[in-house]
Amino acid sequence: MSTRTSPLPAAVTVRRGGPRPRLAPGAWIGVLAVLAAASVALYLTVDLGGDLGYVLPRRINRVLTMVLVAYAVGVSTVLFQTITGNRILTPSIMGFDSLYVLIQTVLVFLLGSTGVVALGTGTRFGLELGLMVAFSWVIYRWLFTGSGRSLHLVLLVGIVFGTVFRGVSSLLQRLLEPSEFVVLQDAMFASFTNVDTGLLRLSFVLVGLATLAAVALRRHFDVLALGRDTAISLGVDHTRVVTAVLVVCSVLVGVCTALVGPITFFGLIVANLAYALCRRFRHRHVLPVAVLLGIIALVGGQVVLEQVFAFDTALSIVIEFVGGLLFLVMLLRGSIK
Amino acid sequence: MIELTGVTKRYGAQTVVDDVSGSIESGGLISIIGANGAGKSTLLSMAARLLPMDRGSVFVDELDILSTPSDQLARKLSILRQENTLSVRLSVRDLVAFGRHPHSKGRHTAEDREHVERALRYLQLEELADRYVDELSGGQRQRAFIAMVIAQDTDYVLLDEPLNNLDMKHAVEMMRLLRQMTHDFGKTVVLVIHDINFASCYSDRIMAMKDGALLHHGTPDEIMRPDVLQEIYGIDIRVEQVDGHRIGIYFA
Repeated sequence: MSTRTSPLPAAVTVRRGGPRPRLAPGAWIGVLAVLAAASVALYLTVDLGGDLGYVLPRRINRVLTMVLVAYAVGVSTVLFQTITGNRILTPSIMGFDSLYVLIQTVLVFLLGSTGVVALGTGTRFGLELGLMVAFSWVIYRWLFTGSGRSLHLVLLVGIVFGTVFRGVSSLLQRLLEPSEFVVLQDAMFASFTNVDTGLLRLSFVLVGLATLAAVALRRHFDVLALGRDTAISLGVDHTRVVTAVLVVCSVLVGVCTALVGPITFFGLIVANLAYALCRRFRHRHVLPVAVLLGIIALVGGQVVLEQVFAFDTALSIVIEFVGGLLFLVMLLRGSIK
Repeated sequence: MIELTGVTKRYGAQTVVDDVSGSIESGGLISIIGANGAGKSTLLSMAARLLPMDRGSVFVDELDILSTPSDQLARKLSILRQENTLSVRLSVRDLVAFGRHPHSKGRHTAEDREHVERALRYLQLEELADRYVDELSGGQRQRAFIAMVIAQDTDYVLLDEPLNNLDMKHAVEMMRLLRQMTHDFGKTVVLVIHDINFASCYSDRIMAMKDGALLHHGTPDEIMRPDVLQEIYGIDIRVEQVDGHRIGIYFA
């Protein structure tokens, strides 16, 4: 056997220019943690006029909501992309948001806006979450635990689900009284400002439980990213582990959609930025980076929005706009495969 | 020994693998040959638990692949499929290190690292070790995946068309290396291969499949005969003795 490899590798190494001054993933986590903490501190302290006892608890509530959402979206998107073996599909692209809108619409349609209010926020939250977890579990399990379903088929199924849910929603919305529709519209945009303390507490508990489950599965994450066949060959009980990860994702996405409403591009962006920053794919680096990026984007974004631009508009609209643009740029630069 | 009993796979009305029984003895290099659609890859996938069987059973050294915990099997048997694409960014060394997962569960010992470096050396990948897998050529990537399987250090290695993407030089090197593995480490290598002459020159035994059934199972001398090859492929193949190997000539 020849002991010499082709001359190509050396040439390519030269082209790559040797070790570039790049931050190690661990250092990135440190830098981002500082930035995230600074964002939270800024949000809590800047322009604290008036009655502290009134303003501070409200701000703490909002900041906790944003941190929770950043965490749930970051973790669920990265894990979802790991088990589906791609970087474009996210739970929200798979029709999750449309399902949320559909559930809201059906509730208002069947019970009327007064009936929905009478239901109580706790019951409504539980109902929404239950339906969303059940849906995602059934669909995603069918799609992702079998062997060799193509990405295109999965994407297509997601789009079809989204279209069906949206179609049914818009039909029902047309049948609503205008006054009822206004109530509905309120629930359909992500909002970080009007979150009930009780719901927030419940959400923390659910996200905590999902996190415990994820921690128990953590050894398998990196191997799962190699694809089904390789993971099985390396001894992962694929069906069991993927099902468990799907339940974790469902709970995380369900909690944050039911809490603040649909946000489509956010997960896609923090996950892909995290992949790009970490270079080499390791969940123990990618997951914290994705979460911290999410916190910086949400909390930092809110500070900038409120203080610099003096806007009091929904941050989610800005995130979706910036996120969509960034996604296009990444797509054009070919950094998403 | 890998023991197959009545292994069957159907897709709708079509039977892809039809009641295959037989045993693959330990040690040596075993080639599975046959025309397209003969069921070679399907059989290999079922033997490695990647694909559920409709009927039948597979035992690997007395371990039933259906009931043995996956991680225990992963220390006994490894498989590499044809299409190896990664959706994530990894260096060659990272990828090869995954071969140690069944042994170390993510916490690598000095022994694991030694296995990884040895596998890299074995496939002459040291210079490429810190490159990203997605920047490699098809042949280099193929070698990186083979190195991962070697680092897994299993008694049985199942490979689905390992010569895909390899030019003549690398194909010959790959076959030499696989046979060397069987000699150096006493591994059993089972591979699906299309080139009958590679199968003839490097195999200890050849399994020939046709229409989902196991047609022949024997030494290269027994399989590389015009009448047997005619039966397997349905074309006339002249067989000549070249340098002590039986070579099939079917180009014209």
